[in-house]
Amino acid sequence: MTGAGPALLEVEGLRKSFPGRRRRGRGSAEVRAVDGVDLTIGRGETLGLVGESGSGKSTTGRLVLRLVAPDEGSIRFEGREVTTAGRQELRALRRDMQMVFQDPYSSLDPLATIADVVGEPFEVHERLPKRERDERVVGLLEQVGLGATHLRRYPAEFSGGQRQRIAIARALALNPKLIVCDEPVSALDVSTQAQVVNLLEDLQATHGLAYLFIAHDLAVVRHASHRIAVMYLGRIVEVGEAETVWREPKHPYTEALLSAVPVPDPAVQRARKRIILPGDISGDDDSPGDVARPVGCRFHSRCPYAMDVCREVDPAPFPVPGGWAACHLHTDGPKLAGTGVAGLPAPVLTP
Amino acid sequence: MSRLRRRPAVTTALAFLVLLAVVAVLASWLAPFDPYQQDLDAINQGPSGSHLLGTDDLGRDVLSRLMHGARVSLASSVLAVGAALVVSVPLGLVSGYVGGRLDSVLMRIVDGVQSIPPLVMALTVAGLLGPSLRNIVIALAIVFTPTFVRLVRGQVLAVKEETFVEASRSVGATGAYIVRRRILHNIASPLVVQVSVTLGFGLLAEAGLSFLGLGIQPPEPSWGAMLNRAYAYIFETSWGLFPPGLAIMLTVLAFNVLGDGLRDTLRGGR
Amino acid sequence: MTAGDAVPADAVLEVSGLTVAAVGRGRGRDRDRQDPLPLVQDVSFRLAPGETLGLVGESGSGKTVTALGIMRLLARSLRITAGSVRLQGEDLVQASERRLRAVRGNDIAMVFQEPMTSLNPAFTVGNQIAEAVTAHTGMPRAAAWQRAVEVLELVGIPRAARRIREYPHAFSGGMRQRVMIAMALACEPRVLVADEPTTAVDVTIQAQILDLLRRLQAELGMAILFVTHDLGVVADVCDRVCVLYAGQVVEQAEVHAFFDRPWHPYSAGLLDAMPQSCPPGGRLHVVAGTVPTPDALPAGCRFHPRCEHAQDACSATDPELLPVASGGLARCLRQHELHLGDGAGARS
Repeated sequence: MTGAGPALLEVEGLRKSFPGRRRRGRGSAEVRAVDGVDLTIGRGETLGLVGESGSGKSTTGRLVLRLVAPDEGSIRFEGREVTTAGRQELRALRRDMQMVFQDPYSSLDPLATIADVVGEPFEVHERLPKRERDERVVGLLEQVGLGATHLRRYPAEFSGGQRQRIAIARALALNPKLIVCDEPVSALDVSTQAQVVNLLEDLQATHGLAYLFIAHDLAVVRHASHRIAVMYLGRIVEVGEAETVWREPKHPYTEALLSAVPVPDPAVQRARKRIILPGDISGDDDSPGDVARPVGCRFHSRCPYAMDVCREVDPAPFPVPGGWAACHLHTDGPKLAGTGVAGLPAPVLTP
Repeated sequence: MSRLRRRPAVTTALAFLVLLAVVAVLASWLAPFDPYQQDLDAINQGPSGSHLLGTDDLGRDVLSRLMHGARVSLASSVLAVGAALVVSVPLGLVSGYVGGRLDSVLMRIVDGVQSIPPLVMALTVAGLLGPSLRNIVIALAIVFTPTFVRLVRGQVLAVKEETFVEASRSVGATGAYIVRRRILHNIASPLVVQVSVTLGFGLLAEAGLSFLGLGIQPPEPSWGAMLNRAYAYIFETSWGLFPPGLAIMLTVLAFNVLGDGLRDTLRGGR
Repeated sequence: MTAGDAVPADAVLEVSGLTVAAVGRGRGRDRDRQDPLPLVQDVSFRLAPGETLGLVGESGSGKTVTALGIMRLLARSLRITAGSVRLQGEDLVQASERRLRAVRGNDIAMVFQEPMTSLNPAFTVGNQIAEAVTAHTGMPRAAAWQRAVEVLELVGIPRAARRIREYPHAFSGGMRQRVMIAMALACEPRVLVADEPTTAVDVTIQAQILDLLRRLQAELGMAILFVTHDLGVVADVCDRVCVLYAGQVVEQAEVHAFFDRPWHPYSAGLLDAMPQSCPPGGRLHVVAGTVPTPDALPAGCRFHPRCEHAQDACSATDPELLPVASGGLARCLRQHELHLGDGAGARS
């Protein structure tokens, strides 16, 4: 069972705001990208972080690696506090935590050879002589299904899937314990996605890696993760075992998200209970919009099951088997008390 | 480079410039006459058997003076651009990458320098330090620096936002490493294009300043000075204007065509 | 060659043998590489009124080129070198540019993937819609604006009368996509070509847009050519499926039949590679290799180097698109021997 023992990564109360644009004279000029995130990842475990645009999942990934400085909160990696680490300590930490980025077309320096790209961690941390660096690079390339012939080539000569593999090879260079994968397969075709996901799983088995797998595609996340955390507007709304979250969501947003993922079976897909959420995160359809952030649950203005209490009180995490969900439905209203939302009758929604 | 071969205009320009450089370096051996040798019996003559491009107002061979003059003209342009690069590239890199107050301060200084008209700058320098080749180079270098600094800085700002830079940071690379290994070669091509065009401009500027008497002093040959001398006799013979005038025009054209060609080929930049 | 699956004879859009090639590549000394390079070859399908056909393929399959070819919106370096595109009987390939301008937006309209780049940022939304309406119907300005309001309401934009004066940047991604659809529908076209309209938006917004398209189709009786790489979307909205690989149609089928039993190994590979097809804890099914580029096509069947079921004959003969028992078409030498797919039930 993965994740046994002390957690590898513990995040508490993480917050980060960015100065935003005034939108049609409404709301504050600040965007709270991450607004109180708690999560843990155990050794060798994959935590899937799912959300749509504006959920703050990418920012969370960057905060964990301290590519962006958090406003508040604590990030502990193997017990060491990351947020207050000095330069030297941060450099050491960077050996243990690596990142694979979303866009394979811009995450590799177009004018650097593959040897330079994958060998960069060695150059930065160990100052190996060129021969030795190249040898280590070949070893890494072989682990991801490429080879020595690729050393002197440039990124432009490779396909998207191959470039992601190169990025993964670079991430492996210093034997990290955690890799943050920020939408690693979103830019790839389905058949290539499968190749890359399988590779990540194989590497996890060989090296005991933990992953923070950030993505918007719930189907891929469910397949690739041990546990899933669902994010909405800067906060995690539900956490649980992957299969459980997929089959029995405990939060209305998770249910809506799942409902929106089409099932590849026309008969089933067309007969399903559908939840189509009105508007979008920015409230562009003239709903009050969650960005304006009044009190209460951040999802209430779009939630099909919203009750009065949802408008006033921000729900606290409610423990459910294997995780928790932040929703008043577990404590008020048709009391779910830890069971799945899907059991509720299909709500009446305004389109 | 192979793509360049497909554009005859560009390859011609390059060939011309290379030839010019060779002539400039080997002028002492290639020139038929001593450029300082006067022959007062044969002043302001048109092309003839012995003097292929005629003689100037002191009977000196125009062709030889043109060859030696190439040395001066090219050198001053290259040195001016080179000096500007040496100053502006580091400044632009630091300003662009570090940003913040340092960037603001530097940019205001650059604004200040740039607001001085080039001619006024040249006059001031010549006035303060005396007219000479060295001082033209200094004046031109000062004039060119703001443009280069802005160009470098702008490119750095763009490249800085690229994901691969973030990726290098996530590996633990320092700012110096990133600038040196990731940013520098990604900003090279627009810079190369700008250098090429500026070399042409520098040549023109040197010619103009020498024409005004601020630059190279007689009897040193320079294209601009030759124009100056020929201009004085323009009502007697207009021939004297052609050799230096054409030389300047063709060389500047060559630099510009080369710059265009490089820009079209080296799409690596932004 | 005709598309032989069960489609009523009154097709509103009929594409026959469409071949699009890249011409004029290379200049000067590269003149020897002047032969047109086919990107899409011999593509045929029909679309009946009120029907949605999914044109499915990954990158490099030629689906976008096909869609643009149908609209006659190809870049200058591409040309239709064979085939016809009949819209209500009229062949668009032969039509003059003037006739095309009258047809586009009016009888056949297109919705693109990136709403950011297809809406002109310098003009208000109302302006852009009204302009299209006026150009095609000659309606006076006031009437055209009224129509614009109507059509914005139709796509579910609240307070349309007010929002019509706003610029594209004031709308969110999902809203912009709706505006694009509104623009496409303003003149009530018979056919809507949607090129990956939901790829760039979140999945919950995708659900809204698909729902909208379904509703509009029911109300307006429009036919939709839905270009996508996402089989989930196909399962949701399409009536029939046409799969493209390396510029050729490799399979056509009715949607339920397709998911239940694909007839081409590539289709089966695509279905199996979806994460939903993978049992929990298992490994994702991979289609080995990569899509060939148009200038390096394999001999014989274009898919054979990646095919699990390939035999010697497959590298020698380029198969034809032939009818299969379920009523669809497939381009596979072994189609009668293979039994692909483990049924749609395994995937939900």
